[in-house]
Amino acid sequence: MPKENPLIKFTKKGIYCPQGKFYLDPWFPVDYAIISHGHADHARWGMKRYLCQNDSKAILQHRIGADIKIESLGYEDPITINGVKVSFHPAGHVIGSAQIRLEYKGYVVVFTGDYKTQPDFISAPYEPVKCHTFITESTFGLPIYNWKSEKELQDDLQNWVRTNQANNRTSVFLGYSLGKAQRLMSLLDGCDEIYVHRAIKNLNEAIEGSGIYLPETKLWSADLDKKTLQNRIIIAPPALLGSRMLKRVPNAATAICSGWMQIRGNRRWQAVDAGFAVSDHADWNGLISAVKATEAQQVYVTHGSQAIFSKYLNEIGIKADELKTEYGNEQMAQAEKETEKAETE
Amino acid sequence: MKQFSNLISAIEITNKTNAKIDALVNYFETAPDKDKLWLIALFTGKRPPRPVKTAFMKQWCMEITELPEWLFLESYSTVGDLGETIALLLPQPTHQLDLTLNEWMKELKALKPKSDEEKKRFVLEAWSGLQQQERLIFNKLIGGSFRIGVSKKTLVNAMAKLTGIDANQLMHSIIGNWDIDSISFEELIKGTHINYDNSKPYPFCLAYALEKELPELGEPNDWIVEQKWDGIRGQIVKRNNEIFIWSRGEELVTQQFPELVEVISNFSDDFVIDGEILAMKDNAVLLFNDLQKRLNRKNVTKKLLEEVPIGFYAYDIMEFNGDDIRETPFAKRRKILETIFNSIALPAQLKLSFIVDFEKWDELHAIRENSRAINSEGLMLKQKASPYHTGRKKGDWWKWKVDPLTIDAVMIYAQKGSGRRSSKYTDYTFAVKKDDALVTVAKAYSGLTDKEITEISRWVNKNAIEKFGPVRTVKPELVFEIAFEGIALSNRHKSGVALRFPRISRWRKDKPVEEIDTIENVKQLITAP
Repeated sequence: MPKENPLIKFTKKGIYCPQGKFYLDPWFPVDYAIISHGHADHARWGMKRYLCQNDSKAILQHRIGADIKIESLGYEDPITINGVKVSFHPAGHVIGSAQIRLEYKGYVVVFTGDYKTQPDFISAPYEPVKCHTFITESTFGLPIYNWKSEKELQDDLQNWVRTNQANNRTSVFLGYSLGKAQRLMSLLDGCDEIYVHRAIKNLNEAIEGSGIYLPETKLWSADLDKKTLQNRIIIAPPALLGSRMLKRVPNAATAICSGWMQIRGNRRWQAVDAGFAVSDHADWNGLISAVKATEAQQVYVTHGSQAIFSKYLNEIGIKADELKTEYGNEQMAQAEKETEKAETE
Repeated sequence: MKQFSNLISAIEITNKTNAKIDALVNYFETAPDKDKLWLIALFTGKRPPRPVKTAFMKQWCMEITELPEWLFLESYSTVGDLGETIALLLPQPTHQLDLTLNEWMKELKALKPKSDEEKKRFVLEAWSGLQQQERLIFNKLIGGSFRIGVSKKTLVNAMAKLTGIDANQLMHSIIGNWDIDSISFEELIKGTHINYDNSKPYPFCLAYALEKELPELGEPNDWIVEQKWDGIRGQIVKRNNEIFIWSRGEELVTQQFPELVEVISNFSDDFVIDGEILAMKDNAVLLFNDLQKRLNRKNVTKKLLEEVPIGFYAYDIMEFNGDDIRETPFAKRRKILETIFNSIALPAQLKLSFIVDFEKWDELHAIRENSRAINSEGLMLKQKASPYHTGRKKGDWWKWKVDPLTIDAVMIYAQKGSGRRSSKYTDYTFAVKKDDALVTVAKAYSGLTDKEITEISRWVNKNAIEKFGPVRTVKPELVFEIAFEGIALSNRHKSGVALRFPRISRWRKDKPVEEIDTIENVKQLITAP
């Protein structure tokens, strides 16, 4: 279990900065929460005050509530809270995702939330930040996870769409409405008309409302006739798998887009037509290079393969401990499902 | 190999048999001749011996990636397949090798006698010249096993769709003796190397589970009742001095049971008979567990032949000296069967299914109850006047199985599955109470829906006590009803009992762990035979 840290404490409610009197992505209601990004396992309901990156603000308001008390900052635009210097740095995970940097009396802590080191076409690219303590996620902390480049992914997805069209099939991509959906839109932009589920459309509008450009999409609604959808592209949240709405899509070929699709067994588990390893998280080499680039003396490993990744870091001479949090894939899946369900209704 | 690799991808992503068949047909339409033959050979177990040991492949992969062994093993336990683990761990290829399946197989054949150094050079060269999916295929080619959900039957159905040739004939063709170097694809499918007239089977006649009260069946005297055996249903075809054994899945299994072929060759008549292939020793039927040791083996060793001898209980006859007698009433067919079986001194391994002697329906209950004691799984009720139907038809034949035994047990370990199930915890170990502690009684992995498995996997993730390795020790909290077909005392098991075919019959969400069975309860289920 983690030892004392000069700037942060690990409490039941979440990661706490006693000096600054705020929490980072807490999982229980607190007075002051600094939020790394808009996914439901990181940005939860019930905080008295929120602070996030500018591009996340509209997302949080859309998902948690328009009436929340929320302030936002740009990347690398520090403010001081109770003597602690707080700044956001691009995490490359989803739109508005940020690493949170804390500095007090020359001591620096960086909390990644979720991050991805490979650049994509849509979110601000990850930037390493030097620190003393680095709190990193480890969703894909096994050496079997290494992602293709954005260009290769684009070719894979677009080729799949074209093959489907040649066989008179409609391409359906399943991915979370925040992050994966916009990423897929950017990968498929220009390939064909893209229809998105209402949960995604609403979120897109919120994002566009804060001045961010997104590729053009149309609303996939139940009253569209089959001819219109035939051979086009549809993007929908994973919760739709097996739904009546999806069954009405003419001649659908369905693909799940997730880092877990790297493994054949996972691709075959779900009864779908394809699985693409498109992930918004750092792959193995991404995690290792990120940790090294921070030059941190102490690494804490959160959600994912924390036992494995911290053991490996210690073996290569980087002091690391596991940190138990309420973030991560299962929680994410559950929380996102609920959020998306609420957004759909 | 790109083409073969694409075929494998297409096959393994779908669970629809028709989609698999279409992918196979597409391959047969476009692949080079020799590649098609290799595909058939690989999918039917006609594979060359493994040229490189798995231990070496693992070692070379660790050398290249500079990963510690524990991390390699963690990766392996997540992926659930060694060839795939290696394919995922290796760095990006440096160049692109483009060989056909046939060329790769030739290279691998030639590799077998070479030195370890030469083998290493070859494998490393291949790894650095193949994309991830092709690398995986290459690793599988070395091992020769393709467990990707294509049965011989599916393969044969694809070939039948392609050519219009009868599927059973194609089954005989691909199982028959052929050598890749001296046959063309055309010759193979046409069956120039076989005589299908001699092997042609009949569709099996199948029974439904009994769904009414016995008196509703009418007069007991119109029925013949037999014990139902739990082996594999088989059809023995003997024509013109050739003998073939077909399984219920319409696969030719002749080579797996040489002793049956031998005893059948003693008859002078030609016939096609239906019956049950069973493990039999000293006149008693052994457990299905024993029979399993004999199934799907490429070579049957002498030791195995002695350990698990195979016998056959004959149920019915469909053809006698060239005449199709399926329309003849069952009672008469049975008489013909008896005449044939009385024509020779019957070896112990060959038996006529014995007929249960009864006058009133009520008498059958006790006989059925006793089935378990003789390793039978219940009774078969057959209308005396019934023809040998094609497939499953309601009314003439009924199966009336004994109810399984059940206990309530708690899950204590969970393990990830393999293949399609490698991401989920699908294999569980269950325990019952022994004094104040728990004792393992069964391992089971079937009987739950995908949805339940997903729910349990999520629970295991949250409640695992151990984090490393493939097996998770979990809090003893989830209670399941375990059904099984039989139980015996065993000194090989810590609990002192061995269960036969344990499976999960349902998840007892309603039951707290305090209410699970004790080992004493479980032992009481043992009935002296």
